Amino acid sequence: MLSDEERAEIEAVLPHYPHRRSAAASAFRIVQKHRGWVSDEALADIAALLDETVEQLDARATFANMVFRRPVGRHVILICDSDCCYVMGYERMRDHLERSLGVALGGTTADGRFTLLPIVCLAQCDHAPAMQVDADFHGDLTPERIDEILARYE
Amino acid sequence: MTDDAIRIGDPDERPLTGAFRADGRPLDIDEYMAAGGYEALRTALRDMAPGDVTQVVSDSGLRGRGGAGYATGRKWSFVPMGADAPPIKHVVCNGDEMEPGSFKDRFLIQGNPHQLVEGMALACYAIGARTGYIFVRDQYDVPAALIEGAIAAAHERGLLGEHVLGSDFSVDINLHVSIGRYMCGEASAMLNALQSDRPNPRWRPPHMASAGLWSRPTVINNVESLCCVPAILRLGVERWRGLGLTDEGGTRVCGVSGRARRTGAWELPVGTPLRHLIEDLAGGMRDGARLRAVLPGGASTPFIPADGIDVLMDFDHMKQAGYGLGTATALLVDDSICPVGLTLNLLRFFAQESCGWCTPCWAGLPWAVDVVTDIEEGRGRPEQLELLEELCWTMGEQMCFCDLAPSATKPLSTSMKLFRDEWLQHIEEGRCSYRDHGVAGGDTSSLGGAAGPGPGAGGPGPGGEA
Repeated sequence: MLSDEERAEIEAVLPHYPHRRSAAASAFRIVQKHRGWVSDEALADIAALLDETVEQLDARATFANMVFRRPVGRHVILICDSDCCYVMGYERMRDHLERSLGVALGGTTADGRFTLLPIVCLAQCDHAPAMQVDADFHGDLTPERIDEILARYE
Repeated sequence: MTDDAIRIGDPDERPLTGAFRADGRPLDIDEYMAAGGYEALRTALRDMAPGDVTQVVSDSGLRGRGGAGYATGRKWSFVPMGADAPPIKHVVCNGDEMEPGSFKDRFLIQGNPHQLVEGMALACYAIGARTGYIFVRDQYDVPAALIEGAIAAAHERGLLGEHVLGSDFSVDINLHVSIGRYMCGEASAMLNALQSDRPNPRWRPPHMASAGLWSRPTVINNVESLCCVPAILRLGVERWRGLGLTDEGGTRVCGVSGRARRTGAWELPVGTPLRHLIEDLAGGMRDGARLRAVLPGGASTPFIPADGIDVLMDFDHMKQAGYGLGTATALLVDDSICPVGLTLNLLRFFAQESCGWCTPCWAGLPWAVDVVTDIEEGRGRPEQLELLEELCWTMGEQMCFCDLAPSATKPLSTSMKLFRDEWLQHIEEGRCSYRDHGVAGGDTSSLGGAAGPGPGAGGPGPGGEA
């Protein structure tokens, strides 16, 4: 069941589109904001609300890389693996993150605190190497700076 | 000269960024209006027919800043107008800035979101659209919030909504935040994404100007292209064109990333030599690094050798020289970087982001990744270089449904040409000599990057202290 809040937020974006089904991307983002991920049940609820089939909606969700169809940690780390960050030391930053979190890319820490994912260019290449944690951008990374940043996320 | 002094100057010489605040905070609506903001919209609604706006944009010589360089006014002119035209049309702003190496659209939105909103309103007026969509990528939480705030503020002042400034023109601008994938930045795929269809590119015809979003006539323009429109109308065609150093005219946001003394974005006259951007504005390389090549405008552009940087940065000069301007955000590749490893990084990106629609792309790119992985990891064979050249042909422009795979061949083919010796060395020695030294992917440990300011500081990248 979608919560009243989720339902109200989704209905608020419906007037932006001529068809209910076109609000799917917004609906995914809203549900994911509240729950962290989009379960099969939530997806079916969204489909019912938007007059869309579950299959169509899931096809849309699984084409996208930012709709999480499995649970993630409380915070999602997106480490940029594109060319500018590669040049400025991406591999070292990735290795440091994997080592200090004890998970590989795609993994979630045992305490459920972080999920570590790769992301394409975050478009702040003048601050490479870069990552994003939840909605926060962090650039000019070094292993020491990564440690400081992660300590801020409970 | 400080970085701020480079960025902040005479608003008329840098019409897109001249009014940006030195502290990096985005302009609010009052500050933008004090700098002449929304005057172009006011003037257009009062004194110009929609077709006049399109004509001015055509005469300005503005070419799309997303990378392809298609003439903006020409694009608009294909939209049916007049009494027999379809009543519903759309303008879509492409703010899906996922081209690796490009950060100019974020720079423009975070400096002044209202400039984009005014550009959208003018584009809607020019083609007779009632509704516009600003499509931004996921991860653009900050730009998205700024755009939402700017749209709301413009509504309050009667600059959007019903009867804009008391005229007959009504317009609504909506923000749409993507759920990810590079493919959504391809114009026709973006329309599918907006409709909530699978974001494959569409076959043309029909062209989007006649049947685009929800089959309505649609114009799709990059963030920077739309940001140029208010400036063009405010300054007039002659003054706008006069800002450029070459025939194309106008200004353009250019960026530098990589191991430069100063990284960042600068609004420059179109036609500025690439050397000026790299050596004077970015201050050249730092920490003893030596420039070997430049990826001038995103992952989809060919490598330029270090001795080729006297080229002028406009579409035609870059093309004549055999390069590509793309997004005009240059990645400087220095001599600590393995060119094979960097090429592999680029190919992995394209292979991952292929939508899977056409065979040369979905089959060719992973194949190229496998082959280059072999070479980079010391299992390469000489005949594999010929195979890669053949793959570049197979993934060429005439072979594919969209530009994704052809784009991937540009850095690949130029890397194999420019760095031929090193590709051969990988194969002959069966190893990557950079990786053996532990710096294959670059290494910031000795480069003093730790003290660089974060994004909130709005400052330049690390290394500017030298």
